[in-house]
Amino acid sequence: MKKRKRRLIISGALFAAALVVSAVLPDEPWAGWLQLAAFLQAYIFTAHKVLFKAVRNISYGKIFDENFLMAVASIGAFFIGEYPEAVAVMLFYQVGELFEDYAVGKSRKSIADLMNIRPDYANLKLADGTVEKTDPDRVKPGDVIIIRPGEKVPLDGVILSGASMVDTAALTGESVPRDVCEGSEILSGCINLNGLLEVGVTKEFGQSTVNRILELVENATSQKARTENFITRFAAVYTPVVVITAVLLAVVPPLVSEGAAFADWLYRALNFLVVSCPCALVISVPLGFFGGIGAASKAGVLVKGSNYLEAAAHAEYVVMDKTGTLTKGVFEVEKIVPCGGLSAEEMLCLAASAEGGSNHPISLSLLRAAGEAGLELTTAENVEEIAGHGLSVDVSGRHVLAGNGRLMELKGISYEEACEPGTVVHIAVDGSYAGYILIADQLKDDAAMAVGGLKEAGIRTVMLTGDNSTAAEVVGKTVGIDQIFAELLPEDKVIRVEELLAAKSRKGKLIFVGDGINDAPVLARADVGVAMGGLGSDAAIEAADVVIMQDEPSKLLDLMQIAKKTLAVVRQNIVFALGVKLLVLILSALGFANMWAAVFADVGVSMIAIINSMRLLKE
Amino acid sequence: MKKTYLLEDLCCANCAAAIERGVAKIDGVQSASVSFLTTKLVVEAEEAGYDEIFKQIQKVVKKTEPDVTIKEI
Repeated sequence: MKKRKRRLIISGALFAAALVVSAVLPDEPWAGWLQLAAFLQAYIFTAHKVLFKAVRNISYGKIFDENFLMAVASIGAFFIGEYPEAVAVMLFYQVGELFEDYAVGKSRKSIADLMNIRPDYANLKLADGTVEKTDPDRVKPGDVIIIRPGEKVPLDGVILSGASMVDTAALTGESVPRDVCEGSEILSGCINLNGLLEVGVTKEFGQSTVNRILELVENATSQKARTENFITRFAAVYTPVVVITAVLLAVVPPLVSEGAAFADWLYRALNFLVVSCPCALVISVPLGFFGGIGAASKAGVLVKGSNYLEAAAHAEYVVMDKTGTLTKGVFEVEKIVPCGGLSAEEMLCLAASAEGGSNHPISLSLLRAAGEAGLELTTAENVEEIAGHGLSVDVSGRHVLAGNGRLMELKGISYEEACEPGTVVHIAVDGSYAGYILIADQLKDDAAMAVGGLKEAGIRTVMLTGDNSTAAEVVGKTVGIDQIFAELLPEDKVIRVEELLAAKSRKGKLIFVGDGINDAPVLARADVGVAMGGLGSDAAIEAADVVIMQDEPSKLLDLMQIAKKTLAVVRQNIVFALGVKLLVLILSALGFANMWAAVFADVGVSMIAIINSMRLLKE
Repeated sequence: MKKTYLLEDLCCANCAAAIERGVAKIDGVQSASVSFLTTKLVVEAEEAGYDEIFKQIQKVVKKTEPDVTIKEI
């Protein structure tokens, strides 16, 4: 790069010298030769590499090579006496190439930086207690590694000892650090912030989160968008057409028309050759998509291909699963309704104590709520589980029944019917009804915002759920979903999605968002399958086209926004590159454009397109 | 069978597209994709007779862009 720069600076100096010489020379025949000599030496110094490449590539059977086109254009310019143009074409062509390489190198690097989560080493703890720095590839599941503050977590594992905060921003885009302690799972790619951790490795490097993500993003550009395929096909036709037109332009008018000077038409044809290189077109599209994919991964959204980003920009329907997508999928105590003489706290305390020995999700949510309220629990005695009904236990001398309505009926206790979505746990103490505790799945904090944002963008939102209609209605109404389908079996979901696919317009796309568990068929069927909460879930990463790393439906809005912006940039690039090229071609054919304009239409346009694409990564 | 190669010194977007088209045309190659930004060529091809296919791939690359060296990764 440095060498090329130096060479071009000398070229520029020689060119400037030749211009000065030709300006001061008197108008005499011998001066013409001197002028030619001045420009010729500048030309040879500037162009020898391109000329060499042109000849070599022809020997490989490569015609329409850009080196060849530039060589023909500049040599042609010499023959018709346009010496300054001949040198300028070569000089600026190479300056442009240099800038282009620089810009492409820079965007490659910024993407590599973005993906700079690959750990360089792991501190492997050996059997004798010493620690050895080693390649993460060489660590096996079951090994123990040490992670010091400030180091990247090299492999997925479970913390054996130590506690710390970890920065997951590289994986999730989330800036708030996570707390981890003994027993927590820890994912590779995070950065350990402050504590010393000893981690038992659970996956080899190839299977670890960080490697899977890197592979996914790096391979994303292999899945090409329609626009990209279109433009490369277009480019394959564009160059031959322009070159053939150039030949016709040089030959036909001077033959047909008496007044047409060959030199003039040749000049116009040479302009065509300069403009015929399709690089600006071909480079602008993938670079735009790559920028978009990079920007999305920065926000914690992994897109597996340019085609999915393109499809997301045309979303017409967003179909969402309820549990795990709009709701947390975790049951929590929503409210406590005392109907006897007991306080809410006493009820919770009794219920939690009664269910203390159980692993059922409902019991766990009671225990969690009691723990959060700081209640002291007692151990239940004489625990009797009545299958399908609930529990009958003794807690500190009191007889407690905790279960559904059927349990109350079985025990002959009159109770209050609760018509609310969720699971109701009725409590009776010493034979009399005490009230009920409502346990429900909680809405995600940003669910309403996500749905609202989608609707604002003119997208129709649909919710699918296997849950009962009451629960579905409540969630749907709260977040503002347009259409709800409840009580669906997994196969019904596929049928509904197919119906919606048939109902949408031809150009519109259907996005399905699920948690990646049990909805693989629907994810596959939708135009874009989005899995949420991909962090740590291999199945989700495998099945989906887009993975939202964090459990936040509002990331969908980020995805849409990035997708739309990417497509806008790509479109701008195509219109701009094609427009300028076409304009210069027309002006050249009419004899209004000179070779300087042609050089701009070639390298200038590429550079502007590259810079435009880079905008995506900046924000 | 899927193979990935690094195309070193690939510096022209149009050549990347041309290599992609050329490789896809080789007999026995099911699909080919060149990413200009990662300079990677991903080929899906039949396992049988892959040596011959790889020779063809090298030929296509050499012909399209003589400066590029192809490396298996």
